[in-house]
Amino acid sequence: MQYIDEYRDPQIAHALVAKIVKRVSRPWVLMEICGGQTHTIMRYGLDELLPPQLELVHGPGCPVCVTPLEMIDKAIALASRPDVILVSYGDMLRVPGSHSDMFRAKAAGADVRIVYSPMEAVKIAQANPQRKVVFFAVGFETTAPANAMAVWQAKELGLTNFSVLVSHVLVPPAMRLLLSQPANRVQGFIAPGHVCTIMGYSEYEDLVHEFQVPMVIGGFEPLDLLEAVLMLVEQLEAGHAKLENQYARSVARAGNVQARMVMNTVFEVCDRKWRGIGSIGASGFRLRPEFAIYDAERVFGMEEGGAEEPGECISALVLLGQKKPPDCTAFGTRCTPENPLGAPMVSAEGACAAYYRYRRHAVDRQETECPK
Amino acid sequence: MPEVKEFQLSCPLPLSSHDHVLLGHGSGGKLSAELVQQVFLPEFSNPALARLDDQAILTVNGCRLAFTTDSFVVKPLFFPGGDIGSLAVHGTVNDLAMGGAQPLFLSAAFILEEGLPFEVLRRVVRSMKQAAEAAGVQVVTGDTKVVEKGSCDNIFINTTGIGLVPDGVEMSADRARPGDKVLLSGAIGEHGIAILAQREGLQFESSIESDSAALHTLVAAMLEVTRDIRCMRDPTRGGLSSTLNEIAAQSRIGIELDERAIPVREDVKGACELLGLDPLYVANEGKLVAIVKPEAADDVLAAMQNHPLGRQARVIGSVTHNNAGLVTMRTTLGTSRIVDMLAGDQLPRIC
Repeated sequence: MQYIDEYRDPQIAHALVAKIVKRVSRPWVLMEICGGQTHTIMRYGLDELLPPQLELVHGPGCPVCVTPLEMIDKAIALASRPDVILVSYGDMLRVPGSHSDMFRAKAAGADVRIVYSPMEAVKIAQANPQRKVVFFAVGFETTAPANAMAVWQAKELGLTNFSVLVSHVLVPPAMRLLLSQPANRVQGFIAPGHVCTIMGYSEYEDLVHEFQVPMVIGGFEPLDLLEAVLMLVEQLEAGHAKLENQYARSVARAGNVQARMVMNTVFEVCDRKWRGIGSIGASGFRLRPEFAIYDAERVFGMEEGGAEEPGECISALVLLGQKKPPDCTAFGTRCTPENPLGAPMVSAEGACAAYYRYRRHAVDRQETECPK
Repeated sequence: MPEVKEFQLSCPLPLSSHDHVLLGHGSGGKLSAELVQQVFLPEFSNPALARLDDQAILTVNGCRLAFTTDSFVVKPLFFPGGDIGSLAVHGTVNDLAMGGAQPLFLSAAFILEEGLPFEVLRRVVRSMKQAAEAAGVQVVTGDTKVVEKGSCDNIFINTTGIGLVPDGVEMSADRARPGDKVLLSGAIGEHGIAILAQREGLQFESSIESDSAALHTLVAAMLEVTRDIRCMRDPTRGGLSSTLNEIAAQSRIGIELDERAIPVREDVKGACELLGLDPLYVANEGKLVAIVKPEAADDVLAAMQNHPLGRQARVIGSVTHNNAGLVTMRTTLGTSRIVDMLAGDQLPRIC
């Protein structure tokens, strides 16, 4: 497949690995931020190819995982109203709230529909004027422009039966929190390529400068990630801390100006709670006051209400890169994708779920071969 | 910036077991298996059912009969490469064929929604007739029910089939042994993507057609080479991955696949990339996997490749002692990963 296979070429992959092996002289801990990158690493077993001195830990960038429990509960409550059609991205449906998930709500009669684009939710609202259509607007800066565009379009069309349940989060504040932890182990970052496609990379240059940590904006194919690892290793071994852009075929310094314009017209920055981590200041988006009539929480009087999340798993430590999924005693036993105990197991992009799905055989083998 | 403490961490409690049937219970994945194990098997337990193959093999007056049933609820009713009628014939013929049987007779039961245009029904029935004639089976009994508008979606069809199993054929999913080869009859993912493309209104440069086909003549050609084939399955719902996981679990062995050997058409690959799906989990309706002893693998493969429905047949992996109950895959990069069974349907990822 043209434009895809080139970035999965085994020969080039092994050449990159050879360069990495040659360059590494001591242990380094690297983190990929985005869940899509974690997914590729696990699916292609890239960690198996890397020298043992390099440890990859997996970041907080799975939007499905970090959507807080109370937002899932609100989505389910809305979906369960007979007058509502709840429209969502597919992988949100399996995420458990306090007592249920959207699949179960659907089985109990809720009208829940999966779309690939929020614009489809606008079309559903146009086609069903007698029903109230709520789009569950989750994600990082990547999905924010399209979600904002849906609200913008609804306004242009004068729709009165469309609203969005917003649970948007932003990457840089989470990285700042992670880097501020005294127990932080991460020495270099693969920054999220698709987020930077929208946002550009000045925010990441600020982080590099503030924390003196090397960062490479990376893509999502195996060769992207191996090249990003090589670039990070080069920096670390040379004692540099700068921002480099591996994913130049998609990311420009200024990002996507038009997308950001729509996003900033509709959304403003606010504090947000992250599932598994807690509240992070100025780490998300909410609708601006002039778009308040499209705010599902306001339309349906749901501003109040939080859900207590009983603590058992080590998800914050996993999301912040201080622990890896197999370090958890519940991993693969009491905690599986069918019955997730915590945020990183709930979506295919979560670090625990990716380990479970692709690598648990290697985890077992490691344990038998290298008893601690 | 506050320090995050372990005791602050917040996780949901796992959800209790299911109170209601979910769509995922019909996906062919883990939830479907759970449904069979927890609801049906305890009540209907008997040795013929316990094999858990695509068909029951019953000895009646010295004859070995294969007996199977399947229901068809596909939407849209008509899609590139087939329709619900031809699918209802091929699906049941294939379930018989996977036991090595020569399919003989089918029943056809129709559940029709009030208001269904006769033209649509006639088209479906005509298509069933053509598929049955081509497969050499007769529809010999049937039933019709009409339900109120909204109680079903246009047409649901159930077909039941009977066939005869030749002597010496003992195929079952618990017979795979370490060293055996895994053979696949052709490229995967075409049926599922054809349906999805039609449903989502996606246009590709060339139309992706369903692979819906009756496989019994291909099976017969393979059994000509040796009757001692361990097991055959057609990877329908849940795709190749679910089928191989079932075999690995029932035979208590590991299966190691070679990613490079698994044929996937370029357009199917492209559609999967676009839709965020993995072709290993996408449905097929005209492909089979066979587990074959190593010494017979080359000859069986040659017989498959000589048949119109097996031209692209390949050896895609082998059965191992290691990782019993798991399917693993040697990736294109030479690393190893698990090919898991999904809980329910494959869901497109957010980004």
